Amino acid sequence: MSEITIHHYIALSAIIFSIGVAGVLTRKNAIILFMSIELMLNSSNLALIAFASFMSNPVGQIFALFVIAVAAAEVGVGLAIIVTVYRNRNSINIDDVHLMKG
Amino acid sequence: MSQFNPLEAFNLPIVYWQIIWAGIIVAFVTVFALFAVYLERKISAYAQDRMGPMETGGWQGWAQTIADALKLLLKEDIIPELADRRLFKLAPYIVFAGSLGVMAVIPFGVNLIGTDLNIGLYFILALSSTVVIGILMAGWASNNKWALYGAMRSAAQMVSYEIPIGLSLMLPVLLTGSLSMIDITNAQKSGILADGYFWNWYIFRVPPFTLIAFILYFWASLAETNRTPFDIPEAESELVSGYHTEYTGIRFAMFFLAEYANMFIVAAIASVVFLGGPLAPAPWLNWIPGPIWMLLKSLVLVFIQMWLRWTLPRVRVDQLMHICWKIFLPLALVNFIVIATLVVLWQK
Amino acid sequence: MIKIAFIILSLISIFSALMVISRKNPVASVLWLVFHFFGIAGLYVLLGAHFLAAVQIIVYAGAIMVLFLFVVMMLNLNLVNNEKRGKIIGKSIGAVVSGLVLVLFTYSIRTTKWNELFFNQVTDQEWGTAVKLGSLLFSNWLVPFQIVGILLFAAVIGVVALMKRKITRKVENGIVITQEEDVA
Repeated sequence: MSEITIHHYIALSAIIFSIGVAGVLTRKNAIILFMSIELMLNSSNLALIAFASFMSNPVGQIFALFVIAVAAAEVGVGLAIIVTVYRNRNSINIDDVHLMKG
Repeated sequence: MSQFNPLEAFNLPIVYWQIIWAGIIVAFVTVFALFAVYLERKISAYAQDRMGPMETGGWQGWAQTIADALKLLLKEDIIPELADRRLFKLAPYIVFAGSLGVMAVIPFGVNLIGTDLNIGLYFILALSSTVVIGILMAGWASNNKWALYGAMRSAAQMVSYEIPIGLSLMLPVLLTGSLSMIDITNAQKSGILADGYFWNWYIFRVPPFTLIAFILYFWASLAETNRTPFDIPEAESELVSGYHTEYTGIRFAMFFLAEYANMFIVAAIASVVFLGGPLAPAPWLNWIPGPIWMLLKSLVLVFIQMWLRWTLPRVRVDQLMHICWKIFLPLALVNFIVIATLVVLWQK
Repeated sequence: MIKIAFIILSLISIFSALMVISRKNPVASVLWLVFHFFGIAGLYVLLGAHFLAAVQIIVYAGAIMVLFLFVVMMLNLNLVNNEKRGKIIGKSIGAVVSGLVLVLFTYSIRTTKWNELFFNQVTDQEWGTAVKLGSLLFSNWLVPFQIVGILLFAAVIGVVALMKRKITRKVENGIVITQEEDVA
């Protein structure tokens, strides 16, 4: 490998994103699902900061900061929903939450 | 800004000096922990009208903690049968690494520092917030309800008290306009009044707001280091000893070391950020080198921490949260807003 | 030097991401995720975004993961870990789909002419500092910043509303009885 260029960062980000997708599609445990979503958000942050760094433009960092803040809010609400589901159904397997199924 | 590098004479890069500095820090923390445990025993003894350790080593039992440390190292290492072995083994090192990493950005002299990061103070907050993970790991891996209760309480307490700590540390940052620890130290050299005196330290700079910030930081840091009156994670009378109930031998020693290292670290941060760190209180005392002032100020704060521990009773969990969210946080916020407004007005 | 650091950090983050989605015990997953966040923070430092690296650690490792650990430990998921085994078809379809996503990414990365778009990597030491970010955040991006604040506030209210329990106290024969009842 010669120099570390933007390709490498974007490729890394893509790999981590795909791992996150795989986690969402293969796991049934709601908490691990959530963590896979965090993985995807993180990989997009990495891509944003890599773009910003290779364009010499700090705005990408600001977007990454917003993504982090939104992720924090999302985790708070999401975990509260998981705990409420657990209280009511005594399970966090997403297959057990099918009340809306006709 | 030039960093202290005594190896420059041999034309060696600063990295070598930083490695040596890391070694010095580890040795210092170990020696400090031994000394602080001894000090704590003596202070508790005098607070309770006892003598404290008197036998080991002769004069005033000075070798007592060294003997205790040797005993801990030679003890049998017990891991509970149902514990999660890997996490159980890993947890004390994570706690210790979190508190030791902070020492890299604490200046001991005007340019004697491990590395002067441009986000120095924020780095401290970030690293010390990872200690919680180690504590939760320890509590969970022990497979013991007292340990888990202790870990949960500790995590709740540390996460809550990080907010007033962060807000009160932001006051000096606002006044300096930089997060670097060296910049914060240097900004306390001169002010409105004559240069080089103690009234330029941030604790006296904008009375009474910075003084309030210092007091808030100090009290909240007691909670951050799990010491009385906020030692409910360890509360011996209800939780045996919290998250390190199941630990023995060297791993227990690691927790102990981390606790005393933490005490020194919060005192060192307070003395750098509010008390001028390595600066002398008056120009005619400049002949005493900076590291001595730094150690002196930190040790005075450590002494106050111990004094409070043996004087005050422990608060309840609900009182702890009440103090944090309903007293410390509003005060810190008001403080922050006032100083921010003053800085903006002054810059105009 | 930077090359070696990049390789190590990317291997750390990929390996720990794989561990996150493959562990059976959620506690192990959470701890691997913490490890992953440290790897990503290291990459941010390599890119020069020092402040964001610290934000990454303080928000993700220090706050979000503690929240996860709290929930996992409170629910004691070892007892309710009833993830059904044997649905190999569903899992393999998931794996294939995520592989296809990766193939799509690879194709688009290979066909884009990055070097024409991104050629001047920052050499500015001040690029990732709090001063730089703060001055942008509080001038050009002030409105989005405040909207994020409102969003976080709404999230706090939402969490409290979801988790609130109705506590009723009554005295019966001199004994105080407390009852907790879910609202949501």
